[in-house]
Amino acid sequence: MTTETGQSAGTLPDAGAHGPGSMKDGREPVLRGRGMVKTFGRVVGLDGVDIDLYAGEVLAIIGDNGAGKSTLIKCLSGAYTLDSGEMSLEGRPVTFGKPQDARDAGIETVYQQLAVIPALDIAANLYLAREERRPGILGSVFRMLDKKGMRDRASASVQGLGIQTIQNMNQAVETLSGGQRQAVAVARAAAFGSKVVILDEPTAALGVKEGNAVLDMIKGLREKGMPVILISHNMPHVWEVADRIHIQRLARRVAVIDPKDYTPQEGVAIMTGAMTADEVESRVADRRTSGAGSA
Amino acid sequence: MTQLINPRRTRGAIIVSVAGLALGLAACSSSTTTSPGATGGGGDKIGVSLITKDSSNPFFVAMQKGAKDLAAKEGNIDLTIASGKQEGDDQGQITAIENSIAKGDKGILITPMSTGVNSAIKKARDAGLFVIALDTPPDPANTVDITFATDNFKAGTLIGQWAEKQMGGKPATIALLDLFSDKVVSVDYNRDQGFLTGMGIDVKDKTKNGDEAKTGSYKDGTYTIVCNEAGQGAEDGGRSAMERCLTKNPDINLVYTINEPTAVGASAALKAAGKTATIVSIDGGCAGVKSVTGGVIGATAQQYPLKMAQKGIDAVKAIASGGAKPATSPGLDFFDTGVALVTDKPAAGVTSITSAEGSKICWG
Amino acid sequence: MTATTAEGETQQSAAQRELSRRSQSPLQRVQHLLHGHPWISPLLLLVLTIVVFSVVNPRFLLANSLSLLVQQTAVVAALALGQTLIILTAGIDLSVGAIAILSTMIMASLAANNGVPGVLALIIGIAFGFLAGLLNGLLVTRLNLPPFIVTLGTLSIFTALALLYSGGSSIQDNRLPDIINWAGKGFSFLGFRLTTGVVIVLVMYLVVGFALSQTAWGRHVYAVGDDPESARLSGIASKRVLVSVYAVAGLIFGISAWVLIGRSGGATPNAITDGNLQSITAVVIGGTSLFGGRGGVAGTLLGALIVYAFTFGLSLAGVDQQYRVLAIGVLVIVAVSIDQWIRKVKG
Repeated sequence: MTTETGQSAGTLPDAGAHGPGSMKDGREPVLRGRGMVKTFGRVVGLDGVDIDLYAGEVLAIIGDNGAGKSTLIKCLSGAYTLDSGEMSLEGRPVTFGKPQDARDAGIETVYQQLAVIPALDIAANLYLAREERRPGILGSVFRMLDKKGMRDRASASVQGLGIQTIQNMNQAVETLSGGQRQAVAVARAAAFGSKVVILDEPTAALGVKEGNAVLDMIKGLREKGMPVILISHNMPHVWEVADRIHIQRLARRVAVIDPKDYTPQEGVAIMTGAMTADEVESRVADRRTSGAGSA
Repeated sequence: MTQLINPRRTRGAIIVSVAGLALGLAACSSSTTTSPGATGGGGDKIGVSLITKDSSNPFFVAMQKGAKDLAAKEGNIDLTIASGKQEGDDQGQITAIENSIAKGDKGILITPMSTGVNSAIKKARDAGLFVIALDTPPDPANTVDITFATDNFKAGTLIGQWAEKQMGGKPATIALLDLFSDKVVSVDYNRDQGFLTGMGIDVKDKTKNGDEAKTGSYKDGTYTIVCNEAGQGAEDGGRSAMERCLTKNPDINLVYTINEPTAVGASAALKAAGKTATIVSIDGGCAGVKSVTGGVIGATAQQYPLKMAQKGIDAVKAIASGGAKPATSPGLDFFDTGVALVTDKPAAGVTSITSAEGSKICWG
Repeated sequence: MTATTAEGETQQSAAQRELSRRSQSPLQRVQHLLHGHPWISPLLLLVLTIVVFSVVNPRFLLANSLSLLVQQTAVVAALALGQTLIILTAGIDLSVGAIAILSTMIMASLAANNGVPGVLALIIGIAFGFLAGLLNGLLVTRLNLPPFIVTLGTLSIFTALALLYSGGSSIQDNRLPDIINWAGKGFSFLGFRLTTGVVIVLVMYLVVGFALSQTAWGRHVYAVGDDPESARLSGIASKRVLVSVYAVAGLIFGISAWVLIGRSGGATPNAITDGNLQSITAVVIGGTSLFGGRGGVAGTLLGALIVYAFTFGLSLAGVDQQYRVLAIGVLVIVAVSIDQWIRKVKG
């Protein structure tokens, strides 16, 4: 993959460096955002952000606190509505007025706060707002839920993702540990996501083993051809799974880098503004010419 | 964080106006309507406020309506009607009294909620208003200038005497259906203890319900008191209260009720249980008198709220034009506006009027 | 959590020993059981109440007594059913009784004073309950005001409307068509004496209970009450669910009005004056949490029965009325404390 930066010569990042209809290796992005602006009163969440997500890739979004990462994905998932800017999915323009619109379009999101209902059980959470009814009159007239069917299918989904620690679909989610709840939330997104899966800090509250299990799940999704957007503070995890890394800084996209060509320290430097992208670019170029390969 | 649906300013305006409406309705616990006196006529209007306990009890509704009609007839009365929200709402009456002072009324007619309103009444009198209590004398009675009230104890005694004659010496199995569980409202214990006294039963403390002996003798025979149950003064409460009493003792043959709605509920409970009993009550509203005609209630003591309102307005008019204060009835610390026994089964030695006569002078 | 060193292994089994010892605590097992089935504690409390009061006065257990108890509970149980739905969404409705009274006055007055045919008057009265509930729901969701404040305001509005409309006077059943009095009709069943009103209330409980446990709407009600933001992010139309809950509750209050007319023998503006507090008491004692998301209608029915069984039993025991009020107050505190304890259960 070629390296791309969003920054031309000069101090201001040029968010429109790619222009509309950008392609990579001749491919159209699955999900594309241009000039996305979101404000909260006087506070600027997104200041004209662009984003591209290609099929079968894992795009990581990194940035310091307050850089706009969560805001960005909440706009993509329908939790927020854009003040201005446009989004398109598989080439068609889309607007999301509420979370259900994004889900209907095939975009599944796992939020930082997980958005699971503690009082309900695992199967109920998996099927929340997409409950399945029993066949025949019981389902259509009496609107009875197919609880057993949902439980069985939920169990299959969860096992299929390699999550061993959850056995009983009847357990209330509040009795699960943090890692298990994360697994439920990821399982929900993976099971129903048809076009894009977005994960906001999926390994943040997890231990080493559970964190690795989530990374394996992400790789599994990529193998199935599902593109994944991943927000994370955990640089080792990011460098392990990401195909490209979108760097958010001060409500803008300042760079998109390839983890093969940049070190995590360089990525962090761009993220915090310690170095400009140009400085990093030249260091990478030096490395190439000196034949040191990827860091 | 969440989407803003309305522009902030519009939402703010809506919130302020609805909050104001809701708070105004909820917190302003006195309801007030003003009825102007008759048309035209120069001369000073005499300001009078009628403050009842609530505006939902038919008794007070009748009193308010009577006062409005009277004020319209008199012509130079500027009448304001106010009340608390429900039994126990002292603050509502206090607010109404203060409004009356501010308005410059000459007099206040009030059915005092409790001793909690005494200091507000004193403020009104200090400000030169003439304050008259209706229906219930305050405690102490000289808190107000004069009270026009029913002698509730006498009302109870009348129906007690009638019931005693009806029993004719047979053992009386008695159910007492009172007003509230707290037993502090004067009308509650006056009527109950009056009834027992009329029966010839020793009530021990006349201001306490339920302290009398559960068995003993009344004037001509023996009695058993099965229960003291509170029916909240309404049909559904009266029914539940009667059901509990019947469960304790299915052979109740005499039921005292605080008012006619309670009696109607008690009667429904008896009917459902396939039992009959003599039911006595107090109030004498037109609906209640109909119950006597229909045989549901054996006898009821009729009182005259419109007369109270009339005398009250007359008194304020008289004082305002420099006349004399009215006097209390002999032996009482209030002016007795009278009570009559309404029954179609007269008992020897107890004066009564028929229900037909009662329906001509009933209230409500 | 597997051990890797020999020393680690010993430490681990020491901790495991501690944990397995702790998890055997019967109190914790009870806590877990109640957490999954919050209606168990009110059921036990009801059974305990009946047993204790039957010992004190065996007349409590007569078929006739139990029949009366059920009839007395019916109206408040119906109001509490609607209140349960609202409290499940972490809301509260103070206008409960007022909506029911307003409905009784409308259906009775239309039939008796305006000559409207009985069935139509009944339907209009019930429809008013539905609209009143809908109004509450719209005010709560559109204005984003706490339900306590909104229903405090509508309580006064509906009470005033009922008084203005009725002029403070009652309408007795002899002036009403049979269909409106129908809920008061008595019949015998297996030696118990019940009214059709009781059956109407039970049917409502079954229908609402079914909806809450077997339909998607029911799950969404719990979700919105437990964590409204998570529910929204999960794609649930939270505001629509809330409005539907208040509207359905209003419909239930309208039907309660029908039962109330049967019980009172007419429509009176003074009936069930503290219906709102009584309904909340029944819901709380029944184990539904005031914080939303937990509980159900079975508990509420038990809670209502417990309140009336207490009153009935204390009366049969000859206990003074003032102590009964105290007893119900203590009951509520105990029920809320148990709810708080159940919530603390850990994995």
